[in-house]
Amino acid sequence: MKILILGAGQVGSSAAYHLSREEPNEVTVVDTRADVLRELQDRLDIRTVVGHAAYPEVLDRAGANDADIIVALTDADETNMIACQVAYTLYHTPTKIARIRSAEYMSAKKLFTQDAIPVDVRISPEQLVCEYVEQLILYPGALQVLEFANGRVHLVGARADRDGLLVGQRIATLKEHIPNTEGRIAAIYRAGRSLHADGDTIIQEGDEVFFIAARQDIRVFMSEMRKLEDPVRRVVIAGGGNIGLRLALALEQTNQVKIIERNTKRARYISEQVAKAIVLVGDAADEELLLEENVDNVDVFCALTNAEEANILSAMLAKRLGAHKVMALINRPSYAELVESGSIDIAISPQQITIGSLLAHVRRGDVLKVHSLRRGAAEAMEAVAHGGEKESKVVGKKIEDIKLPQGTNIVSLVRGERVINPHHDTVIETDDHVILFMTDRRKVESLEQLFQVKVSFV
Amino acid sequence: MNWTVVQRILGLLLMMFSGTMLPPILVSLIFDDQSWLPFVQGFGLTLLAGFVFWLPVRNAHQDLRLRDGFLVVASFWTVLGTFGAVPLFFADMPTMTLTDAIFESMSGLTTTGATVLTGLDSLPQSVLYYRQQLQWLGGMGIIVLAVAVLPMLGVGGMQLYRAETPGPVKDTKLTPRITETAKALWYVYAAFTILCMISYKLVGMNWFDALCHAFSTVAIGGFSTHDLSIGHFNSTAIDLVAVFFMFAAGINFSLHFFTWRHVQIKHYASDPEFRAYVFMLLTVSFVVIASLYWNGTYTTASDSFINGLFQAVSIATTTGYTTANYAAWPGALPVLLIIASFVGGSAGSTAGGIKVIRCLLIAKQGVREIVRLVHPSAEIPVKLGNAAVPFRVVDAVWGFFSLYVVVFGILLLAMLAMGLDQVTAFSAVAATLNNLGPGLGDVAAGFMTVGDKAKWVAILGMLLGRLEIFTLLVLVTPTFWRR
Repeated sequence: MKILILGAGQVGSSAAYHLSREEPNEVTVVDTRADVLRELQDRLDIRTVVGHAAYPEVLDRAGANDADIIVALTDADETNMIACQVAYTLYHTPTKIARIRSAEYMSAKKLFTQDAIPVDVRISPEQLVCEYVEQLILYPGALQVLEFANGRVHLVGARADRDGLLVGQRIATLKEHIPNTEGRIAAIYRAGRSLHADGDTIIQEGDEVFFIAARQDIRVFMSEMRKLEDPVRRVVIAGGGNIGLRLALALEQTNQVKIIERNTKRARYISEQVAKAIVLVGDAADEELLLEENVDNVDVFCALTNAEEANILSAMLAKRLGAHKVMALINRPSYAELVESGSIDIAISPQQITIGSLLAHVRRGDVLKVHSLRRGAAEAMEAVAHGGEKESKVVGKKIEDIKLPQGTNIVSLVRGERVINPHHDTVIETDDHVILFMTDRRKVESLEQLFQVKVSFV
Repeated sequence: MNWTVVQRILGLLLMMFSGTMLPPILVSLIFDDQSWLPFVQGFGLTLLAGFVFWLPVRNAHQDLRLRDGFLVVASFWTVLGTFGAVPLFFADMPTMTLTDAIFESMSGLTTTGATVLTGLDSLPQSVLYYRQQLQWLGGMGIIVLAVAVLPMLGVGGMQLYRAETPGPVKDTKLTPRITETAKALWYVYAAFTILCMISYKLVGMNWFDALCHAFSTVAIGGFSTHDLSIGHFNSTAIDLVAVFFMFAAGINFSLHFFTWRHVQIKHYASDPEFRAYVFMLLTVSFVVIASLYWNGTYTTASDSFINGLFQAVSIATTTGYTTANYAAWPGALPVLLIIASFVGGSAGSTAGGIKVIRCLLIAKQGVREIVRLVHPSAEIPVKLGNAAVPFRVVDAVWGFFSLYVVVFGILLLAMLAMGLDQVTAFSAVAATLNNLGPGLGDVAAGFMTVGDKAKWVAILGMLLGRLEIFTLLVLVTPTFWRR
């Protein structure tokens, strides 16, 4: 597939990294900064073009003529929208994805039609990150909470500790603990490596467990893995940028929210926007300020400023001062790995969150959702089985008869409204939503082929 | 430094290279020339060496770093020159010393085309074919071939590609994937070879000569299957076919690729390097033809034209075919031709030399200084076509040029110290460093008369020229090895 990425910023380069690692993709990246592109080309097997991303001449040089997908990820919403329009008008590019940050554009739904601004998919990283953090606050103890099939199925990651009911026991006993649910364990990571799990596997303290559950069952499952935490009440948000403000607005009705913002003007602006949250002017790494605001009683401390180093430090400080749980927004995967197992509870990677929603549209076959896990090493995806028994490689087959690539599991099935817990003899029907967990993302190509319908079915 | 990965790739490349000793065996069987044994020995030895290299580290799968790329390319070319010499060394006919065999193999691979052999016409066909094939493999670059056929090189392929491809700007890819780029280059290269072979056949060569000469023409090599080179055929039509393909092979292959992909030719005219290349060839040819005619070297205008044109294109593109004893031409002509070979062909072509684009940039900078004298406060970027050239590229060109001069000086001194006379030494260094082939004086026909030590200097010169100095020189700097 020929993919054109506009903008080599953090999201752009991480998209280029992920996409170029998959064999059949040919990736071209466009940016105005030649030095950034050169550095990127040294690391990745891609082509780069220097120029303004929305200019027809530049797009032409970058091969927009026969591109299958154009992904506009430049800093400016306007450039992204115009680039999609140019690509659509001049080159009839089939799929156009654009990052649109401003809520003002996003809320005008009629704007994005083929005869106005032809953007097929709009991605708002701020919104995605905000929703992600919201989920984490809603389900305390979870490392990741990911939705599938319009919220009917959740994939939750949690670290097992010694207070979990299931810890030290065989997985098969899960059924006895929770008799009436359709949940199951999808994957287990021990010391950073994926474990081949079956009913006899014993869960140990420190394992990272991914499980599938319906929304109402998440808390019960969580209690199997670790001591159930009280619902979050007090939240401190460090950094009142777009994400911080959005999160405050989303949480302020149900929680006690404080925002720390360094810039007086910005703080003033935020205080005008929020209804109940308290806006504090000051440095999030100021010990005095944190103590004064009772950081030791805070349930969740989120460092969400633009500077990741500052996020790490202020989160570590808050943790030392007694905050129960700290999260930090960290872009670099190496930093995230460095701090997550130790001083910071959860590292939030905007790239990883954004890339998932992007990957869903690049996948062949009908893939609705892709969530990137464990910094891109693993992946969970929701695919729809199309076609009849003749055309499809999955429809009408028992799960044990489907030739899944190694390290891949079918973890849940959604048929219409119903969530089905798949067994080895479950037969997949047309239009089932199949949720898969891949411990090795490199196998994604063979998985895509599985869900593609033969050409005769059109 | 990632030794295990370097070793693994070296092993793989050697095993791949051993496969190139199989076609000569086939040739030997077809012509029944009784000399297939050395190629079997060469094949076995190379395969075994590659396997022994590869076996202990076969599971090293880390990515190649920038530095590893240089190390792989430089050491592979060195090793390759040695293993390429194995069949020549083992062959009964010709009998060669180790130095001679390595010289011949290196001269082939680097597309220099200087030879130490005489009596080519009586050699077995398989040996003749093998020499031509070496040139063909070296022309587009055996590493580029490896990048095309060994997909697991991945990103590392780019590091290797950069270390081998000639030219000042090496980041431009024809396609997003490096493997696809390498494949595209080899497709174009192979297509040219086939076209060239058919053309040679149509104008009167037999199939064997046509294939062999197509190999060395498109590679801008200069090896021939005859002592008299292209002059052996004594045919104007063959001369003209050779001129056309030497000219075409000296053009940047990405231009050819564009033609192939988009089926148009007008982009040639808008490429500044191409225009400079054509201008240079036309000027040199004109001067040579005119002085040949006026000096009365050839009696007829048509003789002057065909010999002058052929020799000008052959030497200026650094091919090194001869139809006439140009070393004996009057006045400044022999030296003019040797100097033209310094400019060489275009970047990204199979030609040697400093490359037209670098010379063009240097000339433009000269012009810029002149304009600056007149308009002291003007801001004057160096431009190619309509685009300004980045400072980094201009700096790199100067760095390359100064190193070229220094290396030339050192090699010249070495040659003189080995006892060569001044004309011979000067032209021998030019012939090897520019990957040209024939020189003047004692090396006008070949290097058979010079001593072993001078041959080793020549081998070093050829390698430096093919890898454009930097790739080899970077290995002897302390910065490279410092951790």
